[in-house]
Amino acid sequence: MAFEYAPAPESRSIVNIKPSYGLFINGAFVDGPSGFKTVNPATEEVLAEVAEASKADVDKAVKAARAAYPRWTRIGGKERAKYLFRLARIIQERSRELAVLESLDNGKPIRESRDVDVPLVAAHFFYYAGWADKLGYAGFGPNPRPLGVAAQVIPWNFPLLMLAWKIAPALACGNTVVLKPAETTPLTALLFAEICQQADLPAGVVNIVTGAGPTGAALVEHPDVDKVAFTGSTEVGRIIAKAVAGTRKKVTLELGGKAANIIFDDAALDQAVEGIVNGIFFNQGHVCCAGSRLLVQESVYDEVLAKLKRRMATLRVGDPLDKNTDIGAINSAEQLIRIKNLSQVGEQEGAEAWSPPCDLPRHGFWFRPTIFTGVSQAHRIAREEIFGPVLSILTFRTPAEAVEKANNTPYGLSAGVWTEKGSRILAIADQLRAGVVWANTFNKFDPTAPFGGYKESGYGREGGRHGLEAYLATR
Amino acid sequence: MAARVAATVWRRTLPRVNVRKTYKLFIGGAFPRSESGRTFDVNGHNAALASRKDARDAVKAARSAFGKWSGATAYNRGQILYRAAEMLEGRRSEFPAEEVDEAVDRLVWYAGWADKLAQVMGSANPVAAPYFNISSPEPTGVVAVVAPRSFLGLVSVVAPVIVTGNTCVVVTGAAVEAITFAEVLATSDLPGGVVNILTGHAGEVAPWLASHDDVNGLDLTGVEDAGLAVELERQAGETLKRVLRPSDPKWTDDPGTGRMTVFLEIKTVWHPKGV
Repeated sequence: MAFEYAPAPESRSIVNIKPSYGLFINGAFVDGPSGFKTVNPATEEVLAEVAEASKADVDKAVKAARAAYPRWTRIGGKERAKYLFRLARIIQERSRELAVLESLDNGKPIRESRDVDVPLVAAHFFYYAGWADKLGYAGFGPNPRPLGVAAQVIPWNFPLLMLAWKIAPALACGNTVVLKPAETTPLTALLFAEICQQADLPAGVVNIVTGAGPTGAALVEHPDVDKVAFTGSTEVGRIIAKAVAGTRKKVTLELGGKAANIIFDDAALDQAVEGIVNGIFFNQGHVCCAGSRLLVQESVYDEVLAKLKRRMATLRVGDPLDKNTDIGAINSAEQLIRIKNLSQVGEQEGAEAWSPPCDLPRHGFWFRPTIFTGVSQAHRIAREEIFGPVLSILTFRTPAEAVEKANNTPYGLSAGVWTEKGSRILAIADQLRAGVVWANTFNKFDPTAPFGGYKESGYGREGGRHGLEAYLATR
Repeated sequence: MAARVAATVWRRTLPRVNVRKTYKLFIGGAFPRSESGRTFDVNGHNAALASRKDARDAVKAARSAFGKWSGATAYNRGQILYRAAEMLEGRRSEFPAEEVDEAVDRLVWYAGWADKLAQVMGSANPVAAPYFNISSPEPTGVVAVVAPRSFLGLVSVVAPVIVTGNTCVVVTGAAVEAITFAEVLATSDLPGGVVNILTGHAGEVAPWLASHDDVNGLDLTGVEDAGLAVELERQAGETLKRVLRPSDPKWTDDPGTGRMTVFLEIKTVWHPKGV
């Protein structure tokens, strides 16, 4: 029996998008070189024009951050904490506005921006606010020092959440920051700049420069930054790791992934299917830790596949602002092309694609939730990060084979394991070479829980006590 | 008859011909010559001169040893490092007198860390949902180490890398101390391949390790040529190795935990709570 859902759109009247935005430098919005338009990926409607910061603009922002640094350190952790608590409170108070704006600019369902992204953003600021005056108890010596000016470059998949992961610990530790949001999703970062003004955060402590790759490169390579934090593709991560060679810059990189989600035959299969769906279709699969390689034990393969298809047929793809929507828009035309290309390669290499029947809107960037069966480990769709709602399904017979296949990747960000046997969970979790292991759950995040990769998924951790190390002079 | 008497006298009057040692490489628990057949002179001693292929073999040995060593109990790793301290103590006379005491003590110090790190570096995380959430340190994998010249420096860079469960490939020009130390390790129940030592020139061998796909970490502490250090770090960036940049610490200072933590990963495991 099919359920019909009436549209339940969230009102966009709560957001007030300006026709154009400048750069946020030294506490004020300043004009920057006219750059690019940011569009709503669900409709292709232009939302605003955004500046593209030049090398000179980046230099101004770094200088502002440098100038603000001594005072920001000197006011002490107790005062810094109160600013961070203030930011957290304003984020909570303006959470609906932030959620709607995030869904408009990014294409993610309002259900996720409202219930996951923005609450985690506020929680992250609350968490690190509390650390600001307790750093001496964090295990990095009695009086750990900040690094200085942090250059931070973030991706488009969780625009505001990644901003929070970068800015909150940096400020708590006493650093000042220059942050570049992704070119397709700058609007919530610019709204955050307004929130900084609203919080009376001292000028220059947070600077936000919009732009694309060249702006990011200018920021990372600026000689007066002490710290580089990047979240994004492994390809760009390699470039950054090479660019900082021989400098004093401390680096943390949170890069790509190709996570295995392992389903043992004794798993609670209905729960596991929910976990599979959440693992790969959450945020349209634009998730570095997405469970994009499903490893199913052979004996339950048919059953899992049938349940998964049945569940996928109920997924609602469409208007991100509709509160019923499960899967929103692909973030950009470029990303859609990449997803389509890799999916084509999957079919060419002999895997079989399946998608539930569903209508896609006529405008905007869309891709049906898709699974591939008959996938071998050599297939590109089993090795490369697709970063879209595309799941590759493989099978295994023994726990040892599951572990071997799960670890057979240069990535090592996350993994999932589903079994009702506790001792098996602990043994498998021990053997998986991944920074986050979700057992009988997937895609869970919390400010107290360190997150980050093994191998070519990057280095350093964000979140928790461990996340402080990235912003302190510890050796 | 007269000739035999003369030969005996000749032997008695000259000193005994001693047995000279060739200082060979240490790979996979064995002491092979360099596949290149080359040697070099180290303070009057003959030492094997490591090549690219030796580096490749050493990485292979280190990778093979990683599963067992990282999977050993922390208690066991601590015992073995302590055993190495015992063996070094027994062979003190073979090492520089001004460094050997500190070196023994350093091994003892790191041995004790083996089963404490997870408690100091790990955490139970109070997440805002019904989940059991725990973070623990795990070794990074295979670490290439360019060792400093001094013996105490060598011990001070190798011990922190392996005590946490990593395996390593060490490059050093100080062949005599390094290979004599390898003899200490080889008699300490340390599984073959956990420490591999390539004697030779950092400039020749280290680039092959820095660019090797199966090496996860790179300790540049002993690189003296600043240009080489930058080049090695740049090469390491291609495979996103964890890099410890060159430094010249005072080896008698408290070493802190930094040399261990740089080659550790933190793994966070989530599990729902429910009845």
